Amino acid sequence: MSEIKKFMYVNRKAPYGTIYALESLEVVLIGAAFDQDVSLAFLDDGVFQLTKDQDTSGIGMKNFSPTYAALGDYDVTKIYVEKESLEERGLTLDDLQHLTYEDEDDDWAEKDSIRLVTREELARIMDEQDVLLSF
Amino acid sequence: MVNEGPYNHQASDSAYQFTKAALEKGHEIFRVFFYHDGVYNGTRLGVPPQDDRNITQLWQELAEQHDLDLVVCVAAAQRRGILDPDEAKRHGKDADNIAPRFRISGLGQLIEAGIKADRLVVFGD
Amino acid sequence: MAMLHTVNKSPFERTALQSCLGHALDGASVLLFEDGVYGALKGTGVSGEVAEAMGRVKFYVLGPDLRARGLREDRLIDGIQVVGYDGFVDLVTSHDNVQAWL
Repeated sequence: MSEIKKFMYVNRKAPYGTIYALESLEVVLIGAAFDQDVSLAFLDDGVFQLTKDQDTSGIGMKNFSPTYAALGDYDVTKIYVEKESLEERGLTLDDLQHLTYEDEDDDWAEKDSIRLVTREELARIMDEQDVLLSF
Repeated sequence: MVNEGPYNHQASDSAYQFTKAALEKGHEIFRVFFYHDGVYNGTRLGVPPQDDRNITQLWQELAEQHDLDLVVCVAAAQRRGILDPDEAKRHGKDADNIAPRFRISGLGQLIEAGIKADRLVVFGD
Repeated sequence: MAMLHTVNKSPFERTALQSCLGHALDGASVLLFEDGVYGALKGTGVSGEVAEAMGRVKFYVLGPDLRARGLREDRLIDGIQVVGYDGFVDLVTSHDNVQAWL
């Protein structure tokens, strides 16, 4: 009776200006225990959540960006980043953290979790989801 | 899923009206999960003006009528100071403020609801 | 699989409606509610974009939110269907999944 559903966490907001980025990550971490088919989507300002070199010492807030790097340990292997959203914001993949996971089905080989997709591709992937959580 | 607190955004109102309409149509509401500032819907200390709706009370009445499961996320609640007696005791606070008919629980309840329900609708900003 | 997209913010405040239209596949439905209802008005800077999208996507607007904001149905772009909360519920059950563009 326990079917596996496709859960997508949709991230469209920048980090730190609001709490949505941080608290959506908390859902992903807890959700990992439920063994569903999980993916994360970063589009619009959500792509800013993944930038490297975040230094929050001057604003007095916790830097939670290392958590993205830990997602691989929580079986999150599908992190979709929208190409057009990056371009519209003058970013490239190089500006983002290099997120990886270890593939247990391939001798624990380290693989990229980030999949760069076009808007059109992401639209199709979103369409296939059972549950979409927006924050 | 209700992501915003009462009054500041229309999210909780919209979620309430949607839930009420769904129940009137004979649908089952598996759970209403309050996250981010949505946890503020669960305070029993609200004293909104008498000439306008009391959002917390509306949720309580609907929950009473239809045995709804109103869940406030524990992590988001702790952050924002919405506590039940157990939480207050556990964290050495001198009071609790959770409203009757709401219960505080973990994020797992949200995921479980997503798995068990046929549809999940998000109300936020 | 047809998705129901919901947009609750004004297109003049947020890019949510634009983003929604950029991701809605042919045959999907879009429900405008709360401040999102302003996206249904004719004669605005976004009316053209919405009217064009109507060729491939079905648009709905929540009547109670329109009326709350003093907007009459004759101000809407032709072809947008007005629904109540019961209609909102029907939209959710008649689509496979729901994506909220916040």
